[in-house]
Amino acid sequence: MASRVHARDGFVAHVGRTTLETARALADVRTWSPLLVAQMRRLGVDSVPIALFIAVFTGIVLSLLSSYIFTGAVPFYFVGALVGKTVMMELGPVLTGMALAGRVGASIAAELGTMKVTEQVDALETLAYNPRAYLVVPRVLAATLMFPVITAFAMAVGVTSGWITSVNLLDLSTPEFFKGLRLFYRFKDIWFGLVKSASFGAAVALMGCVRGLDAKSGAEGVGQSTTRAVVLGCEAILVLDAFWALVLL
Amino acid sequence: MIILEGLTKSFGAHRVLDGVTLDVPDGQNTVIIGGSGVGKSVTLKCIMGLIEPDEGRVRVDGEVVQELSRDELTELRGRIGYVFQFAALFDSMTVAENIALGLARRGYDRAAIADRVEESLAVVELSGTEDKYPAELSGGMRKRVGIARAVALKPRYILYDEPTTGLDPITSAVMDQLMVRTRDLGVTGLVVTHDMRSAFCVGDRIAMLHEGRIRQVGTRAEIQATVDPVVRQFIEGRP
Ligand SMILES: Nc1ncnc2c1ncn2[C@@H]1O[C@H](COP(=O)(O)OP(=O)(O)OP(=O)(O)O)[C@@H](O)[C@H]1O
Ligand SMILES: [Mg+2]
Repeated sequence: MASRVHARDGFVAHVGRTTLETARALADVRTWSPLLVAQMRRLGVDSVPIALFIAVFTGIVLSLLSSYIFTGAVPFYFVGALVGKTVMMELGPVLTGMALAGRVGASIAAELGTMKVTEQVDALETLAYNPRAYLVVPRVLAATLMFPVITAFAMAVGVTSGWITSVNLLDLSTPEFFKGLRLFYRFKDIWFGLVKSASFGAAVALMGCVRGLDAKSGAEGVGQSTTRAVVLGCEAILVLDAFWALVLL
Repeated sequence: MIILEGLTKSFGAHRVLDGVTLDVPDGQNTVIIGGSGVGKSVTLKCIMGLIEPDEGRVRVDGEVVQELSRDELTELRGRIGYVFQFAALFDSMTVAENIALGLARRGYDRAAIADRVEESLAVVELSGTEDKYPAELSGGMRKRVGIARAVALKPRYILYDEPTTGLDPITSAVMDQLMVRTRDLGVTGLVVTHDMRSAFCVGDRIAMLHEGRIRQVGTRAEIQATVDPVVRQFIEGRP
């Protein structure tokens, strides 16, 4: 037990160090800038379908759930308010983040892990590249920029699917749904969700990179790093979610 | 000049290097021979700063590798080419891109890079493979691309980790010639091998690594005439 706690402390320090070194590597713009767009494109293509799929079902469930909760208690158009608020502030960013922690975190960890155990990371060093600038920075930046974009899509799709569900399955008219949606809406709802998702992107990509770069040799080592990266990415999302709720709300 | 001073390195309880001291004089090829797992690759990685030794240090051109900052180390690595034992090619890049990557870092323009890529592939007899991916090459071809990647940079020093293992006798003789010619161009070479034919062909000096230390170091003639039973056994390949 003591040694596990110790290992955990060591890991936190390790992530801290990596974050610092990555931040320092940001100065090496010449190395990472040509790679950024390719990473963003790959991440977007990898992630949009799953994010939208999740958003559609979140919207459906939320509208059904809120109608169940509100029936007989509050005005029915509150369904619109609940769907909007929850999708934008919480479920959009968090569920998208979790899904992408699986896809993006795992693919980064597997890719960098394989590069590590086949000495490609060492080879980069011998060619006078800093792997933090060449591998880590473009991935972390791409995720930080793309998570909010994907989350924004997910928010739009989630609200739309909630609206379609309310109109078709519940006794709610379109004007009523939008009345509810507008009632409590504040611009902060959206940027709060987007800021969160940017931080989730940074965390997920960073965990993928950290785990990938310490992969132990062998296919098993890479597999382990991949799983760990996903678990850590999800944990980081939950912690950050609570953090932003404390700081920004 | 590369100087190794008392390098030690343990992995867990296993002490791999136990005080390795060796000079690599300029303008010559120094060969390190030694059995499998004695720490030859680890020694080369210590020189490049890829592995941190527990004790001891490496001096390259008077600079202590272990005391350099990240930027200074990067600058130093610009002077050293490294041929990996298992090639370590970037598998998401073509052969040409693999070779071009280090050149781009050194600020060559497109045309110069293309020329250099073509030239260095010709040297390792792989012209025409520019657009292939490493996965499409045989093990020996990959190794030669790895050599081309290091040679293309025209560094002051090249560290070769088993450049001829896994190559057929003719290709392996071609690689030996390449290492001799590269030396004649003024490049200092440090070659790790257990191929004795290759060692005697390219080595101006030969050092044997045994049980974590340099057992004997001398000119080719001195090693060929050695009376040390351990070295004799190794170069004659007796069980
Ligand atoms: N990263 C590492 N972690 C743990 N042990 C290692 C590591 N690198 C090397 N070793 C151990 O160090 C010893 C020497 O390894 P090294 O690769 O230097 O051998 P070598 O002399 O190059 O052998 P070969 O001729 O087979 O390539 C081996 O026992 C190996 O298990
Ligand atoms: Mg080796």
